[in-house]
Amino acid sequence: MSARDNILKKLRAGLEGSTPRPDQFDETLVTEPWQYAPEDRIQRLRSLMETVHTEVYTLAAANWPAKVQELLENRKLANLLYAPGTGHGQQLAEFWAEAAAEQNLLAYDRPIEEWKEELFWQVDASLTGTAGAIAATGSLVLWPDRHEPRLMSLLPPLHIALLKASEIEDNLYSMMEKQNWSAGLPTNLLLVSGPSKTADIEQVLAYGAHGPKELVVLILEDA
Amino acid sequence: MSQRIPVKELTDSFRGRAVGALADAQLRTNFRVAMDSLMKKRADAFPDEEEREGLRELGNHIKARALSRLPDLLEQLETRLTANGVKVHWAETTEEANRIVHSIIEAKQGSQVVKGKSMVSEEMEMNDYLAERNIECLESDMGEYIVQLDGEKPSHIIMPAIHKNRFQVSKLFHDKLGVDETEDVNELIQIGRRTLRQKFLEADVGVSGVNFAIAETGTLLLVENEGNGRMSTTVPPVHVAVTGIEKVVANLRDVAPLLSLLTRSALGQPITTYVNMISGPRKADELDGPEEVHLVLLDNGRSGAFADAQLRQTLNCIRCGACMNHCPVYTRVGGHTYGEVYPGPIGKIVTPHMVGLDHVPDHPSASSLCGACGEVCPVKIPIPELLQRLRQENVKSPDEPAVVQGGGSKYSWKERALWRMWMALNTRPTLYKCFLWAATRLGKLTPKNLGPWTENHTAPVPARRSLHDLAKAHLNAEKTSGDRS
Repeated sequence: MSARDNILKKLRAGLEGSTPRPDQFDETLVTEPWQYAPEDRIQRLRSLMETVHTEVYTLAAANWPAKVQELLENRKLANLLYAPGTGHGQQLAEFWAEAAAEQNLLAYDRPIEEWKEELFWQVDASLTGTAGAIAATGSLVLWPDRHEPRLMSLLPPLHIALLKASEIEDNLYSMMEKQNWSAGLPTNLLLVSGPSKTADIEQVLAYGAHGPKELVVLILEDA
Repeated sequence: MSQRIPVKELTDSFRGRAVGALADAQLRTNFRVAMDSLMKKRADAFPDEEEREGLRELGNHIKARALSRLPDLLEQLETRLTANGVKVHWAETTEEANRIVHSIIEAKQGSQVVKGKSMVSEEMEMNDYLAERNIECLESDMGEYIVQLDGEKPSHIIMPAIHKNRFQVSKLFHDKLGVDETEDVNELIQIGRRTLRQKFLEADVGVSGVNFAIAETGTLLLVENEGNGRMSTTVPPVHVAVTGIEKVVANLRDVAPLLSLLTRSALGQPITTYVNMISGPRKADELDGPEEVHLVLLDNGRSGAFADAQLRQTLNCIRCGACMNHCPVYTRVGGHTYGEVYPGPIGKIVTPHMVGLDHVPDHPSASSLCGACGEVCPVKIPIPELLQRLRQENVKSPDEPAVVQGGGSKYSWKERALWRMWMALNTRPTLYKCFLWAATRLGKLTPKNLGPWTENHTAPVPARRSLHDLAKAHLNAEKTSGDRS
């Protein structure tokens, strides 16, 4: 008999004579304490994310590419990783060409194996979209796909994320329901709630453990 | 002369290690400070008692419901994961699990492994197993990395290096990595970041644990703050997740309350920096992510605990560590005293099923049964009750069927006979009176050596008159004086 059969057999023997418990999930416990008026959602998200060293800006949708450039300029960064196959990626590239911005745009358009070293050590910043955010916990929802690969939000020291104000949900439960997660998930769905951090030495908080040292969220108010 | 335990045995036993730990002022300070802070963080994260208790009740319900259909859920998980392109393996023992992991690495001719934090891989002693086969298995969680660099084991399941302070870490990095000493925690972390980043880049295989395995969607959910878990599960071409069979939950919805309970109980955070939900390997048109994802489901004694309806509750555990943070014993003796992978209250109830109660006979008794662990447990495991149950299993006679493997190792016919006598004495009034008569008159004959008691105390001498006797005399005197007035 295989390990699988043995384990299942033992477990079934342990359950003999018992019946499965009925599902008594009370969703009010995970929704009611975490509900906000639409106008309060941004504030809640902002304050939670700022507590963990995230920079949050609210701005008009048309202004974000200029803000991205300003962020790079202020930090004197040389390049930005972006996703050319996305709507916001194209918008960014157009702005960059028009503004003749000096920072290099790096397109994530080939498999990681072809440029692993460069991705690991030479990329300064990245720009990604989000699939919304959760006000209750101050979390961004990232839904990576072939256009916007998963490592974009992990490898560069600075991660800039675009968030539509209209896509902020109250809590994790309502987000799951709204986006119908159980019907199908991407290979790697992520909740990101700040820059990478650790408290493993004396519980002293240090940012930039393995992922981004800085996270900047641009909330687009009219989008 | 009272009996003295030889020194060798001292360090090999819980008692001996506890004596050593209690005498280590630095260690005690490190733990005291850390545990006080973790307790405060948890309390702050649950400001509303009603909300907290409702959520704990729901957490308990979700886990109990999942366990009541465990074999079905495991099969569903396997089906869904397989459909998603994840290869599922089953292992009854840690040896089997190690063999599976090794064969996956061998098939890729891998020589370098990076590991995200995984207690199950500690259970398997995977690092040693792979090292013996010339495969480097590097811990990438900062705390785990520090502990591994010093050839130690984690002393806390969430904060593996909590027993060390910054000076000790600085010295360690200086000695092992050749960097300058620094007391700046940020700088220490950056040293770790630089060293480990190169390792992520080079690794052939990434290993991780799993916090929740979701049967409905075939999803492995991992929580972390550092990003090393995401690195380990995203960068190397192969990802192997190892987990215990009890980690499966029915559906995504169930995760909402469990996740909230886990991060708030463990660290007082509303959520961890990253919640990493993996539902399959890289698709043909995707640009990163592992090409292969494997899940190893490990039993290692869990089905033994499962077989008993009371002990089954042990498997509710979501590994938050709140029970150790609140344990007065753990705080004083530290994690290494337990001498096992899982320390603290949860370790005391889970370890016997993994290694046999006879290997950890002192664990169930190393508790004052103060109840703090049960009170803070986010999934309401009645830990004190289970400790008492294990104490009973510990002293079961060989004639009774053993429920826990290695049970009955503390059985002593002398002790059993003594308790029988005690019972007889206390249930038979005549016998009791005779005993009292003898004890009050022959008290001088009490032995001077009463085992461990007389190591630190003088032997008690029974009073000349019993309480019974004194009370009777007192009442009689009152009655007489009452009659007079």
